[in-house]
Amino acid sequence: MPKFESPEHLREYRRQLLARRDPKQPQVLVCGGPGCLPLGSEEVAAAFTEELGKNGLAAQVLLKTSGCQGLCDQGVRVLLRPQEISYQKVTPEDVPEIVEATLKNGQVVERLVYEDSATHEHLVHKADIPFYRGQNALVLRKLDVIDPMSLDDYLALGGYRSLRKVLTEMSPEEVIDAVERSGLRGRGGGGFPTGRKWRVCREAPGEVKFIICNGDEGDPGAFMDRAVMEGDPHAILEGMIIGAYAIGARKGYIYVRHEYPLAVKRLSHTLDQARECGFLGNNILRSGFGLDIKINRGAGAFVCGEETALMASIEGFIGEPSPRPPYPAQQGLFGLPTVINNVETWANIPEIINMGPEWFAAIGTEKSKGTKVFSLVGAVNHTGLVEVPMGTTLRQIIFELGGGIRQDREFKAVQTGGPSGGCIPKQFLDLPVDYDSLQSVGSIMGSGGMIVMDTGSCMVDVARYFISFLHAESCGKCTPCREGLKNLLFILDEIIAGRGEEEHLALMEELCAAMASASICGLGQSAPNPVLSALKYFRAEYETHIRDKKCPALVCRPLLKFTIDPESCTGCLACVRECPVGAITGKKKMPQELDQELCVKCGLCYETCQFDAVKVE
Amino acid sequence: MDQARLDAILSRYEGETADLIPVLQDIQDEYSYLPKDELKEVAKRLGVPLTQIFSVATFFKMFSLLPKGRHQIKVCLGTTCHLRGGQRLLESVGHRLGVEAGYTTKDMQFSLDTVGCLGSCAQAPVVMIDDKYFARVTVDKVPKILKPFK
Repeated sequence: MPKFESPEHLREYRRQLLARRDPKQPQVLVCGGPGCLPLGSEEVAAAFTEELGKNGLAAQVLLKTSGCQGLCDQGVRVLLRPQEISYQKVTPEDVPEIVEATLKNGQVVERLVYEDSATHEHLVHKADIPFYRGQNALVLRKLDVIDPMSLDDYLALGGYRSLRKVLTEMSPEEVIDAVERSGLRGRGGGGFPTGRKWRVCREAPGEVKFIICNGDEGDPGAFMDRAVMEGDPHAILEGMIIGAYAIGARKGYIYVRHEYPLAVKRLSHTLDQARECGFLGNNILRSGFGLDIKINRGAGAFVCGEETALMASIEGFIGEPSPRPPYPAQQGLFGLPTVINNVETWANIPEIINMGPEWFAAIGTEKSKGTKVFSLVGAVNHTGLVEVPMGTTLRQIIFELGGGIRQDREFKAVQTGGPSGGCIPKQFLDLPVDYDSLQSVGSIMGSGGMIVMDTGSCMVDVARYFISFLHAESCGKCTPCREGLKNLLFILDEIIAGRGEEEHLALMEELCAAMASASICGLGQSAPNPVLSALKYFRAEYETHIRDKKCPALVCRPLLKFTIDPESCTGCLACVRECPVGAITGKKKMPQELDQELCVKCGLCYETCQFDAVKVE
Repeated sequence: MDQARLDAILSRYEGETADLIPVLQDIQDEYSYLPKDELKEVAKRLGVPLTQIFSVATFFKMFSLLPKGRHQIKVCLGTTCHLRGGQRLLESVGHRLGVEAGYTTKDMQFSLDTVGCLGSCAQAPVVMIDDKYFARVTVDKVPKILKPFK
């Protein structure tokens, strides 16, 4: 890659790049996103390399590994361009047929195409599949069509055009003005107006300022930021360079969870490319503006997603938050003005500059502009990343895009906002998804995790899960959070163990009120949400656990009883091998017996049995 | 202490206080734990009190003061994995290896840990061994995924 010395040089390079590229050249894009990777996308890509070579097509067909293509449950996904054929559930064994039928003879392999469950119609093109039809991809727009390691791919789709525009045509004030007018609010969950944050930072006294990208996506059940960092890293970087120019920062940090090794690798590569090409360094595109950005890996602490804790850990300290104000935009990293935005927020910036703030502000609702990416997972038929305009209803997302509840079970709740959010019950399915509506029902939008639950999930167990997660992750600095979580967990454990008492519910509410008002940071302040929302909407379920000592969803183990049905047991001994306490005994090929005294109710026998002989009540 | 090995890591940094966590991460990656003598040397070279180093080393989950096994098993306990039986899966893996989460097998072959979320929620429950992901792991698949690493 050349080093771009001037805006004209970049423009000319792109012109030649587009002239060199043949839009009709066949392309095979194998999804390498967070969903397809564990299903074996590397093996599928390797099979394509081999098969294309065998057929002498290696030079003609462009093979790429793309970012997330969505609809993860149907992975490994493969996109064939320019016909835009979308194949699913592709295995290495399918590859020879795809090469022979589609690439050589232009025919569609019907069995690898999405089949509509209602009409049984085969939908060959991505745009026709209901999962994608209701989406409006701005941030995810390029994920399925570019190789994230290729700067050329990013440039070909208009990459760094916004940076060029900003550096040549706009003053920093004009950039901030545009971001303010767009109405963009922080996508990490807080929802603070991005433009206002930038303005405060720009106007803060001092020469040295910083920008930070918060890629410490810790909410369990959320992988939007991972997919964007791995799938379109240059968009994040371009947004950051524009932001740094606007506020006057010369140094930036990208803070990524170490649990996302591929994101770290891709972003490091992206920064190397940007330095080589002159998008980072001194005098970027001859503008006089200079910037460098480095990567910091998180070290495995959820609380570091909180901005003040994140900055403490960049400084070399443990991730303990500090009270705000002062806000980071006034006194942030090393005590200096700092803008810290989430991955998705940064990735929105180039498109806002490119298309204009009015275009962006026309999408969404009055107070929540633009789109939001959600990771739709759990008990829905179709799981994966969805990007919808703000204001889309939960029902549309879960039932139209997600295709409804798996195995025709009944919808019970949807959990949004991770451990800071809550479970939203059926009566709010028509709620428009935006910052304010979700808050009004006791949850938050959060970073975008959306976990759908059916009647097989127990709301007491879900509340306990989040409290146990937060209890382990609380940094311990302030008493309300540290002690509050400890006691909430104790009470929930008592309830689950069948030792719950009526007074426990009022006690939990009292604890929650104290934590929400007295904790230092967002972790403790919002920690009561999972408990309070469950108490508000699913109180009867708590009461059944306490009064009847029963778990209606058959989840809370101490309240369950496992037995072996002698009629169905074949004596295969699979459960005997699995039982950790030796509670199951009997002769081979004879029905087994389970000793209730020894049983620890782990349920491994229930999971293992292939003959449904283990019963649970 | 192997001075050259540690120098190779420290030479990547400018020796500032803010380099502490990246330096410890590199040591963790390279040694699979944070050896005591190395930490003392890091304290000297970065000018950071040893107490601060120990507070950092014990605060973050990534760091270990004891050597880890040859293969790192991470059982995901994210929300979706939890709902799909992640806890049972963890118990099954632990039962087969004879260790609890947070510990290493006697033969130093495996370390078993849990992780808050691996971000592959669509394929829950997920297990990661070294840098390889395993999708939709049920209890009966556990022996099969462990086998190549034994």
